[in-house]
Amino acid sequence: METKIKVENLNFYYGNNRALSNINMDIYKNKITAFIGPSGCGKSTFLRTINRMNEFIENTRVEGKILIDGEDIYSKKVDPVELRRRVGMVFQRPNPFPKTIYENIVYGLKKNGVKNKEILNEVVDTTLKSVALYEEVKDKIHKSALELSGGQQQRLCIARTIAMQPDVILFDEPTSALDPISTMKIEELLLELKNDYTIIIVTHSMQQAARISDYTAFFLNGEVIEFDETNKIFSNPRDKRTEDYITGRFG
Amino acid sequence: MKKILFESKSKMQRNERVINKILIMLGVISILTTIGIILSLAEETVQFFKSVSIVEFFTSTKWTPMFEPANYGVLPLVMGTFLIVIFSSIISIPIGLGSAIYLSEYAPKKVRKILKPVLEILAGIPSIVYGYFALTSITPLIRSIFPNASVFNALSAGIAVGIMTIPMVSSLSEDAMMAVPDSLRLGAYALGSTKFEVATKIVVPAAFSGIAASFILSISRAIGETMIVAMAAGSTPKLTLNPLESIQTMTGYIVQISLGDVPAGSIGYKTIFAVGTLLFFITFILNILSRNIVRKYRRAY
Repeated sequence: METKIKVENLNFYYGNNRALSNINMDIYKNKITAFIGPSGCGKSTFLRTINRMNEFIENTRVEGKILIDGEDIYSKKVDPVELRRRVGMVFQRPNPFPKTIYENIVYGLKKNGVKNKEILNEVVDTTLKSVALYEEVKDKIHKSALELSGGQQQRLCIARTIAMQPDVILFDEPTSALDPISTMKIEELLLELKNDYTIIIVTHSMQQAARISDYTAFFLNGEVIEFDETNKIFSNPRDKRTEDYITGRFG
Repeated sequence: MKKILFESKSKMQRNERVINKILIMLGVISILTTIGIILSLAEETVQFFKSVSIVEFFTSTKWTPMFEPANYGVLPLVMGTFLIVIFSSIISIPIGLGSAIYLSEYAPKKVRKILKPVLEILAGIPSIVYGYFALTSITPLIRSIFPNASVFNALSAGIAVGIMTIPMVSSLSEDAMMAVPDSLRLGAYALGSTKFEVATKIVVPAAFSGIAASFILSISRAIGETMIVAMAAGSTPKLTLNPLESIQTMTGYIVQISLGDVPAGSIGYKTIFAVGTLLFFITFILNILSRNIVRKYRRAY
């Protein structure tokens, strides 16, 4: 198994508040890794350190290393804008741009100078197909993305991310604002996508982690309590706190 | 105890009714005033067009109502106003939009807290001060660059009007951009956008309706601006596109006649109502346009 992301002694601070303590983790290529834990445990903060999105929050600080393909993303040589082209992200609430479906998908490519209409059209078709949205929206590709339902919007946001052809995609509770059927579709989609991408998902739902992930990390108070293959975490947790959490005793 | 409660309740209801009536009255006053203004404009305008043909008004290229032979072609005044609008927009739209983008997307909170009120002070300066500024600072500067520019010219007045309307563009555009939810900005950053790309490709288009409305309002303001053009643009109605010449705008003409000793009821007196009506229609149409743009492009993010 190939390690895609290697986290070494990572600490993260909001002001003087330590939100992540001494995190070490290997995230494997073409696997789905889930982060679970109660609210405020640091799982989303950790997710955002992987594409440096925490930098938009004032007064924050990172210590330690995150290596992607062996390169430290916090080294001075790394441009966070470049990094985010390689590490895509899908948010908790669908946030399509107030543009057409087409423009949403080609936004990243156009920005990177792809102008060829044929290439753009092809990318729109293939990405819409790969997020299983093509059949639903093929007649309104040039209509506003805001006309879509929440679940469709979220799949469009995934399509928009895939169109950039990143290596890694981060999902921050991508189904928490969606109905069960949309959730199911997104989960099926994630299982498809792991063939091509390394996927990390933060989820508030243990069942979701159990259903789709290969590896699971359990977070508590900014620490990783346990990180292992998902079936081991759920069937035979080593730590008492993990067991208490997954059996619903707290959280 | 219970009785007191009932009493006070009925008293409250009575008060509510009185307040309601007062508010209705206040609303009616403003509507009636508007109707009164329109009627008084219309009356004299109709009188005017009994003596001057509407075709001449809109097609003749000379405006000399006070001279013999009298010509009543409004185009030179419209052109004068147009020149002012063009040059004021060249100043106010890029500078206003640029500072709005800076304030909304780039400026740290502390800087914004200081800069925004400073910009808004510009809006509080009386326009006569801008007129004075145009005459004593901008015009000499223009004449040092273009020696053949006349003492009164459209360019100087246009620039001053533009400076005056910068805060209108920047403040309204910034409000519109601040209303764009952060989730869109973060979404764009997550796709590897730079700050500039987020500002120009996401925030500005999303805030387009408010930004366009601010442009139109500033144009409307430039059309209606009187003091600056009366002081700095001159008083020679001329159908010209040369901004270095002395011109006259519609508002400038109305001021000139109002301050002069034209007898009430004369044709010269009625001209200012005809010009005033035209001015009213132009700004009215612009206001409707801006409302439509706001409605059409408003996004429910």
